[in-house]
Amino acid sequence: MKPATVFEKIWRDHLIEDIGADRSLLLIDRIMLHERTGGIALESLANAGRHVAEPAHVFTTMDHVVDTLPGRSDVTLMPTGTQFIRSTRAAARAAGVNLFDLGDPSQGIVHVISPEMGIVLPGATLVCPDSHTCSQGALGALAWGIGSTEAEHALATSTLRVRRPGTMRINVRGALEPGVTAKDLALHVVSVIGSEGAKGYAVEYAGDAIAALDIEARLTLCNMAAELSAFTAIIAPDSVTFAYLEGRRFAPAGEDWNAAVANWSALRSDDDAVFDAEVTIEAGDVQPMVTWGTSPQQAVALGQPVPAYDERTSLGKQDAHDRALAYMGLDAGQSVEGLAIDAAFIGSCTNSRLSDLRRAANILKGRMVAPGIKAICVPGSSSVKRAAEAEGLDRIFLDAGFEWREAGCSMCFFVGGESFAPKARVVTSTNRNFESRQGAGTRSHLASPEVVAASAVAGRIIRPSRLGAGS
Amino acid sequence: MKPVTIIRSLAMPLLRDNIDTDAIIPSREIRSVGKTGLADGLFAGWRYTDPDKRIADPGFVLNDARYANAGILLAGGNFGCGSSREHAAWALAEYGFKAIVAASFNPIFYGNCVRNGMVPVQLDARQIWEEISPRSDELTVDLARQSLSTASGKNWTFSIDAESREMLLRGLDAIELTLQRADRIEQFRQRDRLSRPWIYLSSNENRQ
Repeated sequence: MKPATVFEKIWRDHLIEDIGADRSLLLIDRIMLHERTGGIALESLANAGRHVAEPAHVFTTMDHVVDTLPGRSDVTLMPTGTQFIRSTRAAARAAGVNLFDLGDPSQGIVHVISPEMGIVLPGATLVCPDSHTCSQGALGALAWGIGSTEAEHALATSTLRVRRPGTMRINVRGALEPGVTAKDLALHVVSVIGSEGAKGYAVEYAGDAIAALDIEARLTLCNMAAELSAFTAIIAPDSVTFAYLEGRRFAPAGEDWNAAVANWSALRSDDDAVFDAEVTIEAGDVQPMVTWGTSPQQAVALGQPVPAYDERTSLGKQDAHDRALAYMGLDAGQSVEGLAIDAAFIGSCTNSRLSDLRRAANILKGRMVAPGIKAICVPGSSSVKRAAEAEGLDRIFLDAGFEWREAGCSMCFFVGGESFAPKARVVTSTNRNFESRQGAGTRSHLASPEVVAASAVAGRIIRPSRLGAGS
Repeated sequence: MKPVTIIRSLAMPLLRDNIDTDAIIPSREIRSVGKTGLADGLFAGWRYTDPDKRIADPGFVLNDARYANAGILLAGGNFGCGSSREHAAWALAEYGFKAIVAASFNPIFYGNCVRNGMVPVQLDARQIWEEISPRSDELTVDLARQSLSTASGKNWTFSIDAESREMLLRGLDAIELTLQRADRIEQFRQRDRLSRPWIYLSSNENRQ
């Protein structure tokens, strides 16, 4: 058989037939839904008199509009959130699909709970009406984000009509330095290739630095492929992947497990496979990163100044650069490190898993959040929350002055309930620093959970390595 | 969906790159579960000096009376990036836009655009910035010819993938088209079930 990439192998396994000039009919193995964009898909399908083709393969949760304050219920701070929760619940029950509702021990952010329960599997196709579905490529699946109308199509037919993307390999050579994380790598990549840098491509992350990442770090890296405008990202499954999945709730067991692992072991790009585009990143060049602007591509290593616009080297146009500076209240040449902050947020489908919380807690242990800083930690799932509490991480966050929340997307975006204040400077472990993303006029600086924790303590943006001894 | 053939309208310029779906329809403006009631929230963060009180910002192009009836939006690169929320397409369509002319589109947004009867017209940034945007006359989008033109005869051609073009021109329902292949899909699944049995979950009963 012709040499093939991982992407091509999964595509081939799911290709029912090519239809028309530029579309292929692909089998879809798993569909994930949440109350923001998924409930409407189920409802709209039912209104059209259609039904879900394979309810057992559809998984719904509540993450986007639910509150994350303790003691939460269907009643939300977002004025109309209750409608989203209740209509999604009703539609999910009527359709007979899996539902991880409020109060369910498995509830959480869709891209956190799917790997956690072994819903996403290597070699599987998975879609969700959510742009960060690419996160799940970390498990060696072909997982991508779609719109609600397309989700209806997937629900009704267990297929999608897909235009085949090109293939890009981002080869990360060498090893990340100690203290440099997958989040820093993700921000580094977008600062190098830009917010459209992988448009039209299914990206395969490969190389020694990738093989060395654990699954949670891989999820963080693949998550931000959305910020490259990629079709999706994928990492070839390996022994790390198999060890992670074994024994999880929806993962295969017994004979099926052995057959699956044998099949998955072939899911790697052949040595002589050809990619449509190749990018090489030296892991040693990656430093702890922070964004300074209003697009994830506007990121620099901590310690570097806010760049002045340079036609030859800057991504984007001068007007966008100037607009971002004005919005963020910054001048070119100014240091990002050292900027006084108003708030710190740890959470989101990018960085809210147990290992993220452990690394942040490690910095917070024995330290206090600086006076006047609003600091919030939101575990990505109810399971993550329980696991963190079992090892005492909640105490570390609370003792340091962080709020400790229930699982959900929370203040990664301003849904109409809680928000950060206008012009508040927030250092955040999330994925988007768009204008008003976390509140009207809020200024968001994306960084790793470590940098967020350290900055909360210092009251200003700082590298963890520069934090003084515990108080 | 109604078939789309010719769109004739003024074009409203919003020449910025990376206009994300949070800017098109902020999350806080998505108040109801349905696909409607979104036009008032379109570009809310830019359009109103106070979004809560709906106080219009006269400096923003959407509030410029000259473009009150514009059905074509001109934008920069990577239009519709960010969140996959289809509400961005629903809001633009409800407001009255029938075509978006941009230097490039985010792929998920592009699909959402087509599925809601709006034509994504992709042209060079230079053509949009220098040739089209300065004009104040009516533009015509002819989807069948894949052209954008002026009454005075100036003409630009754009590319669009074949399926999107067909869907728009004929107002087709993708689910209906795919369901016509139900037998073929079922045959494929039967074979697949034998080669990848672990994919097929027997029921939606919670497994522990």
